[in-house]
Amino acid sequence: MNYFELLRLAAPEAVLVVTALLVLALGLLNGRASGLCSGVAAAGLLFASSAVLMLPAQATLFHGMLVITPLVALFKVVCLALAFFTVILARQLDTPHHGEYLALLLLATVGLMLLVGSEELLVIFIGLELTGLSLYVMAGFDKNDVRSAEAGLKYFLFGSTASAFTLFGISLIYGMTGTTGLAAIGGKLGAITPLLAAGMVMTLIGFAFKIAAAPFHLWAPDTYQGAPAPSVAFIASASKVASFVVLGKIVLIGFGPAQGTAAWHAMVAGWAPLLAALAALSILIGNLVALAQTNVRRLLAYSAVAHAGYTLLGLVAGGREGFSATLFYTTTYAFTLVGAFGVVGLVRRETGGDDFVHFVGLRRRAPWLAGCMAVFMLSLAGLPPLAGFFGKFYLFSAALRIGGNHGLLWLVVLALFGSLISFYYYLMVLKVIFVDKAADNLPTFKLDFLQRASIALLAVIVLFLGLFPGGLVWQITSSLP
Amino acid sequence: MIAWTIYVTFGGALLLLFLPHVLARWMALLASLTGFVISLNAFFATGDSGTFKTIVQLPWIRGLGFEYHLAADGISLTMCLVTSLTAVSAVLFSWDVEERPNEFFFWLLLVVGGSYGVFLSADLFLLFVFYELVIVPKYFLIAIWGSTNKEYGAMKLTLYSFFGGALALIGIIAIYVTAGGATLDLQQLAQFKFAPQFQSWVFPILFLGFAVLAGIWPLHTWAPTGHVAAPTAGSMLLAGIVMKLGAYAALRVAMNLLPLGFQMWSKWILVLGVIGIVYAAGVALRQRDLKFVIGYSSVSHMGFVLLGLASANALAVGGAVLQMFSHGVIAALLFAVAGRMIYRRTHTRDLDALSKMNLSKLLPFAAFSFVIASAASMGIPGFSGFAAEITILLGVWKAYPVAVLVTGAGMVLVAAFTLRALKKTFFSDAATAVRTQQGRVPLDPDWSEQSPISAAEKWGASLLMFATLAAGLYPKFLLDRILPAVEAMHFLKP
Repeated sequence: MNYFELLRLAAPEAVLVVTALLVLALGLLNGRASGLCSGVAAAGLLFASSAVLMLPAQATLFHGMLVITPLVALFKVVCLALAFFTVILARQLDTPHHGEYLALLLLATVGLMLLVGSEELLVIFIGLELTGLSLYVMAGFDKNDVRSAEAGLKYFLFGSTASAFTLFGISLIYGMTGTTGLAAIGGKLGAITPLLAAGMVMTLIGFAFKIAAAPFHLWAPDTYQGAPAPSVAFIASASKVASFVVLGKIVLIGFGPAQGTAAWHAMVAGWAPLLAALAALSILIGNLVALAQTNVRRLLAYSAVAHAGYTLLGLVAGGREGFSATLFYTTTYAFTLVGAFGVVGLVRRETGGDDFVHFVGLRRRAPWLAGCMAVFMLSLAGLPPLAGFFGKFYLFSAALRIGGNHGLLWLVVLALFGSLISFYYYLMVLKVIFVDKAADNLPTFKLDFLQRASIALLAVIVLFLGLFPGGLVWQITSSLP
Repeated sequence: MIAWTIYVTFGGALLLLFLPHVLARWMALLASLTGFVISLNAFFATGDSGTFKTIVQLPWIRGLGFEYHLAADGISLTMCLVTSLTAVSAVLFSWDVEERPNEFFFWLLLVVGGSYGVFLSADLFLLFVFYELVIVPKYFLIAIWGSTNKEYGAMKLTLYSFFGGALALIGIIAIYVTAGGATLDLQQLAQFKFAPQFQSWVFPILFLGFAVLAGIWPLHTWAPTGHVAAPTAGSMLLAGIVMKLGAYAALRVAMNLLPLGFQMWSKWILVLGVIGIVYAAGVALRQRDLKFVIGYSSVSHMGFVLLGLASANALAVGGAVLQMFSHGVIAALLFAVAGRMIYRRTHTRDLDALSKMNLSKLLPFAAFSFVIASAASMGIPGFSGFAAEITILLGVWKAYPVAVLVTGAGMVLVAAFTLRALKKTFFSDAATAVRTQQGRVPLDPDWSEQSPISAAEKWGASLLMFATLAAGLYPKFLLDRILPAVEAMHFLKP
């Protein structure tokens, strides 16, 4: 193993770091050059994804600190694509510090790629922190808005506490097994002892925070509401996808022997009932609280909590099929949410707010934007032929199949009940857009081609993944060992 | 060929998004008429209607074994025919939609296209996709273009539909997983022997989930509220097509795949069906709003469908399918008269207010259509309602004579509320001396809409009247296609 080999295998990350520095320098040299910065950042992301695709299909460095598998490559590309869309959304931002923002975004992406591409707890923690620190700043980036500062501060306080828990959990696990490699940990774990239970719970808390699962979701509403729209889009999409990939790896590979089961009549202690409890709580709290929201961003935040609950269902079921259902769901969810926040950001820019009242008349002021929003909302609600429907079908069938004797039926029923509730509030958003009467003289939105095209492209992706999900499902299942 | 009904309808809907406003209704008419011609042609051209014959079969989602698989037998063809009939007349009765016409016809065609899809699907996943596709368009049709309490009615209807869909989804996933998780093809699943214990709990979930849309008592309350809130074309589609989706899916999926579960639960369905008939008829008798009367009559008539299905006897099930056809046509006609012909001109549906207007003189064509529709609805011989209901009752009589007796009492109630509505609306003694002036109808105080019955309305109504008469005078041509298909189903001989 020489350093050249390391550089070669870490080429995508290296490209991104160099791009981040370049963008930072460009931004500092010329505050007006926001278009140039975005272009360079986008090009860097494209380079990085082509680098990912050119790497060998299988490789391991330093006992799993950096691994490359088809799964890792696939989700690195997904994270890069989401970052790409976020770069385009960031064009909405009205700030002289465009270069710094994009540099932070790229660094966060590097963190996500480390998260995805590692099977070693320490590197995973470093990835978490790199992502987290960049995202805290991105959340508080709008210095003129007190809500943005609130968002950044809340996200930071909750996030750093959660990181502390995770680190403590990791240290406990290390103390018991003498290793930080996931596969090695999986080989050494035996019966569940109180110490192991404490270690597992603490490790999982950090991730529950990242994916905004109840009861660790309290940062989400304020951050979603206050932070700049592109930051939220990134926090809610790419960061979540990567967290689910890592969470899946940790529980399925690292804690594999301590799975237990969450089946109704046959609960066995382990992480599965733990995640099942998180899922059930998230579905209930997220959906019920979302009902009472009148701000679209807060509504999306609580619905994100609920979606984290649905997504956990696949991990609770476990196994190859459960994991792939989780990955499919979180991927489609990420693309949907980036699009939705793109629309929300534009509405805020044009109308000065993102409460329900600001969406009234959107149908006439920006018909295509309204149409895309309908696609995103209905996909979140899980209606065919959009991606959210197939995602839910896949998740629920995986949960029911693996639970054995329909043991997980209670969770599936709860999730379906939750999506019935969610259907109501998503429809309320669409009602505001399409049904409510607006004043006659509202001006149409001024949208440039790039914004329109990127949001339309996201809507097409959501529709395509709903009509032809087979390709992505095949990609995911064939890349899982 | 029949598969093109789906493509033409969805294609028309997509085109509508790009056409100028003036062409919207013509595009909708073109799409629905093409669908009508195709279904009519397929209906008469099909020789062997007993087998569920594959039309298209393509792999769709390989990893999970779902296919794009369309097939048709006599039941599907009958349902496609009534769908296309209702669609054409619904477009004709929406000829005057001025507000956002492109969107209106877009949603309308989505409902129609999704319904064709449900009736022709031979893969359970595909069927469910089409089934759920219909939900959202209904919401927008009602919430934007509806009347009376429209947002409440739209939301209630939509949530009930989604609730039913969620229940059905539990059943579908359970079936999928239990049958091995490799296919949801209806014909392959029908060969699979599900354990009796499994059928006993999945069947009621699945059946009830679908039956919500068929207006099963006590989950029927969305129907009257939704029908009343909907615009005329919306009510026509709801009563004419959407309620049939539930009944059809209950028959094709729940009963056909889980025959043992059906045997265990059929008595309960029968009871719910009979309660629906009598209860809804009784409630209709007390309504003041003409559309509520018709809305409850729909629930009552759909009770007959459930009754027929529950009897598990080829004749009665065939009668139930015939009743779906018949009720689709009759309810569409009733709603067209009440919503378009009367309400748009008088701006009231209150029976007492209408009884003072002497409408039979002012709107003779409306009166004529309503008389025909009422006669058909009451089950007067010669109309489709009679043919369907007598077939059902004959089939049920062998196994459950008591149910027939109770239903007979219900039919008296149906006749009572229909006659009451008819008399109050058109033939009231209390008519004041309101006269027509130069062909205008002086009913509306602000004179906003006082045109005589338009040609589009006449064509639409005539089409439906012809259909109910044809099916009533010669039901054999429908039953000849329905019965072989019913006899080929599995639940008759599990």
